[in-house]
Amino acid sequence: MALKRIMPCLLFDGRALVKTVRFRNPQYIGDPINAIKIYNEKEVDELVLLDITASREKRPPHFDRIRDCASECFMPFTYGGGVQSIDQFARLYRLGVEKVVVNTLCLTSPGTVREATHHYGASSVVGAVDYRKTFLSGQQVYSASGGRTRMGLVEHCRYLADDLGVGEILLYSVDRDGTWTGYDVETIRTVGEAVAVPLIACGGAGNVKHLRQVLEETPANAAALGSMAVYQKQGMGVLINFPQRRLILDED
Amino acid sequence: MIAIVDYDMGNVASVANMLKRIGAPVPVLTRDPEVLRKASKIILPGVGSFDKGMRNLTEFGLRPALEEAAQERRVPVLGICLGMQLLTKSSEEGAEPGLGWIDATTMRFRFPPQSGLKIPHMGWNHVTAPRPNPLIRGDERSRFYFVHGYYVECSRPEDVIGTARYGFDFTCAVNRENIYGVQFHPEKSHKFGMALLEGFVGI
Repeated sequence: MALKRIMPCLLFDGRALVKTVRFRNPQYIGDPINAIKIYNEKEVDELVLLDITASREKRPPHFDRIRDCASECFMPFTYGGGVQSIDQFARLYRLGVEKVVVNTLCLTSPGTVREATHHYGASSVVGAVDYRKTFLSGQQVYSASGGRTRMGLVEHCRYLADDLGVGEILLYSVDRDGTWTGYDVETIRTVGEAVAVPLIACGGAGNVKHLRQVLEETPANAAALGSMAVYQKQGMGVLINFPQRRLILDED
Repeated sequence: MIAIVDYDMGNVASVANMLKRIGAPVPVLTRDPEVLRKASKIILPGVGSFDKGMRNLTEFGLRPALEEAAQERRVPVLGICLGMQLLTKSSEEGAEPGLGWIDATTMRFRFPPQSGLKIPHMGWNHVTAPRPNPLIRGDERSRFYFVHGYYVECSRPEDVIGTARYGFDFTCAVNRENIYGVQFHPEKSHKFGMALLEGFVGI
């Protein structure tokens, strides 16, 4: 039995939390530890922290900061960013990270991802896929930090699950990131129906209705939210917050 | 004083942080047998392999102090995840004998590929309590976070205080006298985990 999950997806720039719009223009949000303490109170199902500059700057994960975050998390902690070697996977799990997210590594060194899923189990590795709409060829895999693929979006997601063995896919719409306009339900449905592993939908969440829609009308097992979890409202100031689970899911 | 055994089997800081959060007396993270000898409660967390866990307890010289606390002084002991499995007599994962404080063995999950059930069992799952106990309330649908490929099978059904369903109803919480064990991670299960730890602190 897999219960549906709702989780904040926090972006980290190596110093502090930031929030982007369409992967650009990172705005300062604050300190990750303070945010995590608030999410503990909000009883979030899981917490995703992505270091969005590590791969681009070719630097390793900030292990000390990650350990501090893991120690504060009263929920499962998922980390991604800058992971390049099997030793780094091992180190992250030892520090208390439940799941490691890989994105660039799937493009630059798929063998390492395969080794990690084999060693640590599929459910300890999440494959992240950023995508955006292109004029000529529809939804395309977007690589922010190097590496590329010739595969289409669905084919790439299948490859991550079937060939590299990731246990979950974090599907992140670049076009919807930070826009508050709702999830890209159509693409999430297409990918969800094509892959056998659980799907985390990300990008576009702006209200509770969006969350309910993606969890009820698509095969996504989890909904991740960025702006909604760190801003008061669209265009307003920083406020670490989170919607109540019972407002989104009808459970007993 | 609550001692949390830190024997190099993963980051156990979140257990201590959650105890602080619920207002329990400040716990001590320790691998010092003298501290265990003075503890009024002991938490044995841990992730990793069974043999490594048993070997580390032995190498750090913790076995005599743990035995004395659990068997002679009879202080409440809570095993978490691998810590629960170490309470059993043996595991299919390894060759080392376990602590054997619970009459049980640790078994490997085995599912046919067509079942679609992945190993390890990972994620949130509901837990039900077959009998009233201080850790898991039977009156609400408690959810806890699990990550494990092995599970505990008790010889005595009365030792089972929690079950979860993953392919079948497996034992996810045990208790015999002063010894308690949970397969899931209370320290990663926010309010449900806090309620469980409050229950343990209150024993």
